[in-house]
Amino acid sequence: MERDRILGRAAGIGLGVGVYGVSFGVLAVASGMSPAQACVMSLLVFTGASQFAFVGVLAAGGGAVAAMGPAVMLALRNAVYGLSLAPVLRGRLRFRAAAAHLVIDETTAMARAQDDPASSRRAFLLTGASVGLCWNAGTLVGALLGAGLGDPRALGLDAMFPAAFLALLAPQLRRPGAPAAAVAGAVVALVLLPYAPAGVPVIAALAGLVPGVLIAQGVRAPEVRS
Amino acid sequence: MSWTVLLALAAVSYGLKAVGPVLAGGRELGPRTRRALDLVSVPLLAALILTQTVGDGHRLVADARLPALAVAAVLVWRRAPFLVVVLAAAGTAALLRAVT
Repeated sequence: MERDRILGRAAGIGLGVGVYGVSFGVLAVASGMSPAQACVMSLLVFTGASQFAFVGVLAAGGGAVAAMGPAVMLALRNAVYGLSLAPVLRGRLRFRAAAAHLVIDETTAMARAQDDPASSRRAFLLTGASVGLCWNAGTLVGALLGAGLGDPRALGLDAMFPAAFLALLAPQLRRPGAPAAAVAGAVVALVLLPYAPAGVPVIAALAGLVPGVLIAQGVRAPEVRS
Repeated sequence: MSWTVLLALAAVSYGLKAVGPVLAGGRELGPRTRRALDLVSVPLLAALILTQTVGDGHRLVADARLPALAVAAVLVWRRAPFLVVVLAAAGTAALLRAVT
């Protein structure tokens, strides 16, 4: 991708994320966080799915500690992204430490889509800047809007969480083993819901990885042999 | 909501992101670990969708969130933009609660 196209795509991704940020801000405030907390969370945690999961558990009546579990589990994938991006993010420690904060879905996808390391690095940094700006601006707008809204249930805000998670999940279901992992995870969580403390059923859903990985290996094994 | 938990989440989140760029210096993961980590989000998101649609504390209930999720599913399938999906879900639930 030539330079201008990288800049254009980075800006486009940023705008989409900004909309997502507005909905996060609204929901965070509706779930009992202050506007300041919502903004600080977007600035410092800076990984959308984890933040949505966190406020989702809060909204469902779980405490902040129960909300940590699913949020941390969802942040695990950023560690994988970081490992895969390490060759692109070479340089002084100060640069690597700052760039690490920008390791998220969007920046990883843009960096991976480039052909050479210099373009990857540029795509990573431009997307990081654009998403960083829009996500935080969106959160601020949403938090201020949310503070003026009425009863979150009457507005159907609680129904926004499953819809948002579904929009995040759908593109991932094409991976081998993903449908099995999703079904198994959902069943485990529903079975545990009546008995386990808030937040625990979602963590236990990780057991869904077992059938998922087994199927993924079954699908890929013949490719390796041929 | 506690600031301590929020800052702890920020620290963990940054720590996970920094493993690669700051510590590992280009070391690679094994294919099996990679595959498992690639799928980590899938069962978690599926569990979040279901528990937040039919969960009410420790009870399972069918309320306005269920049709809202169905509307969202159709829109996701039709590749509607994110904002349309979440607003349609909220609108469906709000409408159903207003009329029942």
